[in-house]
Amino acid sequence: MSAVMITRKVRKWEKLPGKNTFCCDGRVMMARQKGVFYLTLFLIIGTCSLFFAFECPYLSLHLSPAIPVFAAVLFLFVMAMLLRTSFSDPGVLPRALPEEATFIEMEIEAANGNVPAGQRPPPRIRNVQINNQIVKLKYCYTCKIFRPPRASHCSICDNCVDRFDHHCPWVGNCVGKRNYRYFYLFTLSLSLLTIYIFTFDIVHVVMRSVDKGFLNTLKETPGTVLEVLVCFFTLWSVVGLTGFHTYLISLNQTTNEDIKGSWSGKNRIQNPYSHNNIIKNCCEVLCGPAYPSVLDRRGLMQEDPLVSATCAAPASSSSNPVPQTTKTTAPLIPNEHTPDEAKPGIAASAEKTPSPKEEQPPDTKIPPLATPETDAETSIAKDKTH
Amino acid sequence: MQGLVPTATDGNMATEFHNLQELRHSASLANKVFIQRDYTEGTTCKFQTKFPSELESRIERTLFEDTVKTLNNYYAEAEKIGGQSYLEGCLACATAYLIFLCMETRYEKVLKKIAKYIQEQNEKIYAPRGLLITDPIERGMRVIEISIYEDRGSSGSSSGSSSVSGSTAR
Repeated sequence: MSAVMITRKVRKWEKLPGKNTFCCDGRVMMARQKGVFYLTLFLIIGTCSLFFAFECPYLSLHLSPAIPVFAAVLFLFVMAMLLRTSFSDPGVLPRALPEEATFIEMEIEAANGNVPAGQRPPPRIRNVQINNQIVKLKYCYTCKIFRPPRASHCSICDNCVDRFDHHCPWVGNCVGKRNYRYFYLFTLSLSLLTIYIFTFDIVHVVMRSVDKGFLNTLKETPGTVLEVLVCFFTLWSVVGLTGFHTYLISLNQTTNEDIKGSWSGKNRIQNPYSHNNIIKNCCEVLCGPAYPSVLDRRGLMQEDPLVSATCAAPASSSSNPVPQTTKTTAPLIPNEHTPDEAKPGIAASAEKTPSPKEEQPPDTKIPPLATPETDAETSIAKDKTH
Repeated sequence: MQGLVPTATDGNMATEFHNLQELRHSASLANKVFIQRDYTEGTTCKFQTKFPSELESRIERTLFEDTVKTLNNYYAEAEKIGGQSYLEGCLACATAYLIFLCMETRYEKVLKKIAKYIQEQNEKIYAPRGLLITDPIERGMRVIEISIYEDRGSSGSSSGSSSVSGSTAR
């Protein structure tokens, strides 16, 4: 490290809040705990290697050379889907910048009116009507936004994810809007691969035993025992999971909604996102457009504090870095166009340093950035919400 | 503060591009308005066309609504589920989605069109009125952020309409 400060290009992923790990200079995005993901990789690659080493020579000779070829294609597809699911942005919603957070706070304060001292303010909920159903949007205290419908906050990754399905440790990432179809194709192709290997293991053992006897076969190809074991246990879990997700897709539901029972009988709210047509639901989830990432990971951080908003070209995760950011730290100056209740807020917020952390000193004049403790609903339901 | 807006290629745009830079140099940020998402039709990207009160003296309602409606149309086009999206999806699946490494998705193409449209709107309509629209993709597609600028100096720059009491009826 030289003593002279040569300005190093800092990319935005280095400053992103949340508990993700990034690799390849921001191109790869995963959760922090990757141990189970490595186990998944090991199991798949290990079992397939054993299959190619022990079974394939015999089967390609005695049955057909197409067997290992098809196995190879399936294996490559499984790996591609797994890596795609693990490495892509699941649909993380960026946190609100200070001005947006303040704007929302002021709206909430205006809506709540005057809360008598000592009483907890009402829970932060926004009701929206979607396809003639009332859906409640919850406020996220970490990200300082009202979560869009179907979004949820993942406590493991500490991000709000759009169309949040679940956090999958096997894949080492959240499963959300952007990578759900890859996850589904991964489970589907893995089921097929497992069934395929299991079937041909049995075929191989049977064929060889006819010639040489069962025990000799096992001695010659010891890998078969391992493969059959792994496949047997994998079959039950992965095939079951694929079936479950097929059911969810046909109803256009997420795992999160299913677990919470959002659309089941008691609440009497029907799923407003479902087209009530299995084919249409499947098409929307699996053949819908490929959503872009709204997290600009590879863009360059601009250190200049005297910035104003720009209209930059959007940066996709694989494009060249776009050198823009809209980190406006200029103080907000009230003028007569500012709504009256915002004036003291704006003046006070100019004094304090903007920070995305939720614990704020309570003696600032702006509406105190709320924490879950100050809110009636979340303090009760703290354990349930992510 | 250079290079914040991509260099305009059109000769006409150069003079209006100048407006934006002058705006930033002479004006100071007064306030920001956030246009929220409209979820009445589901989770597709759509913004509310309700005219915010802070912009009442700054810009005509019809101009604002046109901008938002055009943006909504662009997003609807990007998210449309029909023949083309099926084709793209099936083709991509057949290549194990490796084709996305070389090909641009339809959504990304539309996003580029949107960025161009917003820049054009800023230069032609919003900057002369002391306003600036931020591309929603920079705010996670949650809000359209409109920055309201207050003219700092009395020396007339092109952003003359940001004077305090004047209405900008044109």
